[in-house]
Amino acid sequence: MENDHNSILQKLCHHLEHFASADIKIVPETDLINELAIDSVKLLNLIMEIEDEFDISIPINVLADVNTVRDLADLIYKIKSALK
Amino acid sequence: MSLLGKLDVVAAARKALLPEGLDVFGTPIEKVYSTTEASVGGRRILFFGTNNYLGLTFAPECLQAAHEALDSEGTGTTGSRMANGSYSGHRALEQEFSDFYHCRSSIVFTTGYQANLAMISGLAGSNDVILIDGDSHASIYDGCRLSGAEIIRFRHNDMADMEKRLRRLGEKTSSTLIIVEGIYSMLGDRAPLVDIVTIKNSYGSILLLDEAHSIGVLGKTGQGLVEETGLINEVDFITGTFSKSLGSIGGYCVSNHMQLDQLRYVSRPYIFTASPSPATIASTRAALKLLRDGTELRKKLWVNARKLYSCLDEQGYQLGPDPGPIIATILDSPQQAMMLWKALFDQGVYVNLILPPAAPEGKSLVRCSVSAAHTDEQIDYVANVFAELRKSIF
Repeated sequence: MENDHNSILQKLCHHLEHFASADIKIVPETDLINELAIDSVKLLNLIMEIEDEFDISIPINVLADVNTVRDLADLIYKIKSALK
Repeated sequence: MSLLGKLDVVAAARKALLPEGLDVFGTPIEKVYSTTEASVGGRRILFFGTNNYLGLTFAPECLQAAHEALDSEGTGTTGSRMANGSYSGHRALEQEFSDFYHCRSSIVFTTGYQANLAMISGLAGSNDVILIDGDSHASIYDGCRLSGAEIIRFRHNDMADMEKRLRRLGEKTSSTLIIVEGIYSMLGDRAPLVDIVTIKNSYGSILLLDEAHSIGVLGKTGQGLVEETGLINEVDFITGTFSKSLGSIGGYCVSNHMQLDQLRYVSRPYIFTASPSPATIASTRAALKLLRDGTELRKKLWVNARKLYSCLDEQGYQLGPDPGPIIATILDSPQQAMMLWKALFDQGVYVNLILPPAAPEGKSLVRCSVSAAHTDEQIDYVANVFAELRKSIF
């Protein structure tokens, strides 16, 4: 299970690289809004990409508590676990 | 951050983006001369950003009906229909909307925004899913939030994407509300309703179509996209507004589902709002008759829309995909859009400026709305102004 979570986190960091400038290294604690400058609309579009990458549905109304890359990974893990 | 501090951030962002002394998003209109002309800053300007598609705001029939209602029933109802009763005009307009769409029943709301809020939050709840087009209007997003349902977006007008997301929902598709719009307000393009209906039927979902920008504009009698496509019996709920082609303020929903009437008892935006004023209802009733019989108005609207769209297209502006009454020029940066908007304004043409994040795909829009009331000379003038600015700005 932990491996699953790590794998999600790694995939997510990799996916988010094209949102970041060259001088920002994506780590689990990276703040999506403040460090990657992902505004509300970009976040919604990012969620569609993430849904496709992990083949899951992420309701946009559960994003209020998502601030960091780790928060998003936790959410994906939770949704994937519920499908098993 | 403090409550008021958040607003200071908004003020700083606005100041950084917009020039000093130019109130783009709150332009004071001193006098309205007609459906297409007004005075701003002591200068005569042409309205090319209102949604007065059929030009009915000064129709004598609407004015007379409103005056009579004002004199006989007063300025307002001062309460909700649930607590204070329904005036005969409210009930009559609902019957007229049912007749217009040949549907079992309808509900009238105080604004178009509230129509979506009320319908979406009344239909869907915490155990349901709402699947919406990514370019949906704010009233749809807000209605979804109010409902407490799971909200999933699909890529704008992308049917493969919509079906993929529906498929992922598994058994939940039977309790899924799909929401699309007849004409989308940002780029003026239409929902691919034939495909949407096919997909929603195969998954057993419910479809709500917002005809806010398409009532009066599409279809032989102006019902909207449902009439243009002949799919009225395939759409579960149709919402719309009075504030565009009908020239007043308010909203509606029509449906053949017998459950529609029960929304009156569960939908908070319907229950806890004062009902539309008698004058508003009266002018809307008169406008609905004109809209229904408005074949010539629609013809003129489309002649104007196609002419301006093709002029701007030939001039090299990047436009929305479909010619229509909403003509959006798409600019790469807010600065470019601001410059074009200001230059048009200086030439007496008042249009809409739409900046990120409101505009799709991080672009900026300078959006025109064409009316049947625009004269050939006004269309030519605006086309010429755009042509001149194309040379001088870009």
